[in-house]
Amino acid sequence: MPVSLAIRPEFTPFDPLSALNWIKGEADWLAIRFVEEDKHRRTARNGRPEHNSLVFERGVMIEVLVDGHIAYAATSDLSKVGINKATRAAVSNARSAASIRAFNSCIEQRPASRGEYRTEAASWLDSVSLAEFSDRLIEATRRLGVTDQIVTATAEATLVETRMRYVSTHGSDVFQHTLLTGQHFGAIAQNGIETQHRSLNGPTARCVQGGMETFDWDRIFAECERVGSEAMALLNAEDCPDETLDIILAPDQMLLQIHESIGHPLELDRILGDERNYAGWSFVKQNDFGSLQYGSPLMNVSFDPTLTGEFASYAFDDGGTLASREWLIKEGLLLRGLGSLESQNRLGLPGVANFRSASWNRAPIDRMANINLEPGVSALADMISSIQRGVYMEANRSWSIDDYRNKFQFGCEYGRLIEEGRLTRVLKNPNYRGVTIPFWHSLSAVGNTDCFEVFGTPFCGKGEPNQMIRVGHASPACLFRSVEVFGGGA
Amino acid sequence: MSFRKSAMDHFDRLSEACLDAIGEGEQLTVSLAAEEQQYFRFNNSKVRQSTAVNQSRLNLCIQSCHRRVVFGCDLTGNLDQDKATAVSLISRGRGELRELPEDPFVTALINHGESHQHHTGQLPEPKALFEQISTLTNGSDFTGLYAGGPQIRASCNSEGMRHNFSTESFFLDYSLFTVNAGSENKAVKSLYAGREWETHAFEKSVAESRERLNLLKKDSQPLAPGHYRVFFAPAAVESLLALFSWGALSYRAWKKGDSALKRLIEGEVQLSPLFSLRENFSLGLTPGFNSLGEVAPAQLDVIIKGILGSLLINSRTAREFGVTSNGAESDEGLRSLEMDTGELEESDILNALNTGIYVSNLHYLNWSDLLNARITGMTRFACFWVKNGEIIAPIKDLRFDESLYRAFGTELEAVTRTANITMKTDTYIQRSVGGSKVPGMLVRDFRFTL
Repeated sequence: MPVSLAIRPEFTPFDPLSALNWIKGEADWLAIRFVEEDKHRRTARNGRPEHNSLVFERGVMIEVLVDGHIAYAATSDLSKVGINKATRAAVSNARSAASIRAFNSCIEQRPASRGEYRTEAASWLDSVSLAEFSDRLIEATRRLGVTDQIVTATAEATLVETRMRYVSTHGSDVFQHTLLTGQHFGAIAQNGIETQHRSLNGPTARCVQGGMETFDWDRIFAECERVGSEAMALLNAEDCPDETLDIILAPDQMLLQIHESIGHPLELDRILGDERNYAGWSFVKQNDFGSLQYGSPLMNVSFDPTLTGEFASYAFDDGGTLASREWLIKEGLLLRGLGSLESQNRLGLPGVANFRSASWNRAPIDRMANINLEPGVSALADMISSIQRGVYMEANRSWSIDDYRNKFQFGCEYGRLIEEGRLTRVLKNPNYRGVTIPFWHSLSAVGNTDCFEVFGTPFCGKGEPNQMIRVGHASPACLFRSVEVFGGGA
Repeated sequence: MSFRKSAMDHFDRLSEACLDAIGEGEQLTVSLAAEEQQYFRFNNSKVRQSTAVNQSRLNLCIQSCHRRVVFGCDLTGNLDQDKATAVSLISRGRGELRELPEDPFVTALINHGESHQHHTGQLPEPKALFEQISTLTNGSDFTGLYAGGPQIRASCNSEGMRHNFSTESFFLDYSLFTVNAGSENKAVKSLYAGREWETHAFEKSVAESRERLNLLKKDSQPLAPGHYRVFFAPAAVESLLALFSWGALSYRAWKKGDSALKRLIEGEVQLSPLFSLRENFSLGLTPGFNSLGEVAPAQLDVIIKGILGSLLINSRTAREFGVTSNGAESDEGLRSLEMDTGELEESDILNALNTGIYVSNLHYLNWSDLLNARITGMTRFACFWVKNGEIIAPIKDLRFDESLYRAFGTELEAVTRTANITMKTDTYIQRSVGGSKVPGMLVRDFRFTL
């Protein structure tokens, strides 16, 4: 019988509710978050398998409320002794820190919630054989290698199945079961010293929630052939000009633009200064909500954990708050930040259900989830035809922004010059830079639903201790006027 | 029983059971990454969040007939339960090896010998730590992260190899904030780290930070984008050098067409004769063995006076491209880097800079043009405009876009006589081991763009 991708190693069963009973008298309030996550990474390169690895994460985070302060302890020792030891460590730390706590914690910051969430997947990991899946990845690398000048053709798949149960002494009982997939298919073309990368939507963008049906191999193979050809075209392309021009950003670059210049600055814990020592602060101030015109009136941005198939959809955050869709920016006006009940309490502002942790071993903090730019009314062809001279850019390859989220510089894999309303020559090294608020005010057209695409990234880093979390971003293609663009060179 | 002793005893027994479970023709590497840490996060001298973490991650690398799979799992600490899990993974691994296509670049395991390295420490109790930080930073806008506790790395294989490394240490990665005369937020960044917490050393660190903070209280000097002389303090140089580990010095990345230093590697350009870089495990910050237990040389010259010494090569790369491995980790990045010092005395830095920018820290670096080793990023924390050897004022942060070939090549004017040893402060998944020894450097022409 063939080996399927599904795997359940022999683990001793663990019941979080029973464990809660072992420790319930130790603090004013307690919660246990039990996480089991199976993470597959399967890769192939140049017609051969490269990496086959699986990691099984399994442990608990215990939260205790003592003297108005919440402290955390994480352990992978799921025995009664282990749970008790971790609880005592959390209680001791809470008691020691209570007199110098940064803010008051209370039970209202952890609503009593009950419910379940499960990814809508047509086929789970048990529906695909390992051998067949490996063969497909290898075939994808062959399709990428359209000529001998493609020196590297890579196919990578990440499959993540997570089961999380959150129980508390005041009656929360939440279970969420998700299946996430990530794909990367990329080619590197080389001719002498010149080297160019091209991939399907950038190295990490193809991240969605769903089952193995997200691997539509016929379509992927066709796209790999296109990408291989585009890598070759880039080898012989001219550099992006150094000019101030109109640009159209494809959805696979918009995801990064949204992430860095909308998502992060709106995180309430950044505005509170929690991240000042690491990820940074924010140019957004407490009194900007409801008054700051963030961008042009065409700009409508939502926090949407309800969009089926997007990478960071869920029903509850890791503090038990019921997740709902909320407007962050409406017609360019800043309305709401990305903050959990804790941060909402500290700032006196509304927020969203975004109290999230990277795994069982990290405490939740304010994170992005799905942050989307809603579709407008413009057809992509009309946006292109409205430009006299400009650049169309696809697929992020470089990103950098300052610690207040003002000055950014981003680069893409693939550009096309726009001349007199038409896409013309291929451009290599298309880059652009700007400042967040003026840039979003230069938004002049937002694509319609025909050019709206859903992407994500597994690599949003933040927090002390550090946490890498998965986020989703959906957007149509967008037109920005008068942006500083430039190419490569010494 | 200490965490180190119980975790190592557990690993010894568990790895024995794992090695007993493999069959004819199979090879196995068993490795452990474990920690018992206290993570305390501060904002405005108050405790923002505290997390105690006890975690042990087992990795099993199973191979046979030119096929390899790697499985990892979190251990419970109960020997029977962990044995059952590990043996079930080995069984699954055997099934996968039967199904996967052949991978010609899998290398046979060998006995890489034996080593044992343990560093003990003296760490503060949480209550005492909270009180000290609260008291000593009172009146400052102090924010940061304390991480402290034992860390373990161990590896053994079916050919008899056995290495283990443990360390008990802490770091307090912090910044002090102020509001300057122009109502801007300004901050200094500091790191107090070691194996023994000493109150007077922490006091000294805070006092020095406060002194530097005073320099930031003036209104900022806005600077137009353009070319400037720049002195990079060691923390900023460390940020620039981190890019060398993003594939730039990887043999595999070079062969894949993915190295930013392709022109250097292929002899088209050289870096400055003032620039030498090596991997130096004798700093004692990180184990000299990688995740497969392969041992790197105690020192490996990577760049010698501006010319390539050796790229980093792991065993798989060596097999694929017919070269010799130097025990690099799978990412072929630097784990314990040391940059050679130079002749510039600390006391002469401002005079040597004369008129330019003193950069203490950088932020969010990334490639902007791989082929030309060009990077972009931001200045951050305490950066100053210096005129005629005098600090004039803090600057408004600037974006740069510059090539490593210029910064470490044609434009490198001087390197400081002293270097700072710093401990890694990364804490993704687990706290990192490792660190670096890096001096400051003076660059005669550096390009700022925004």
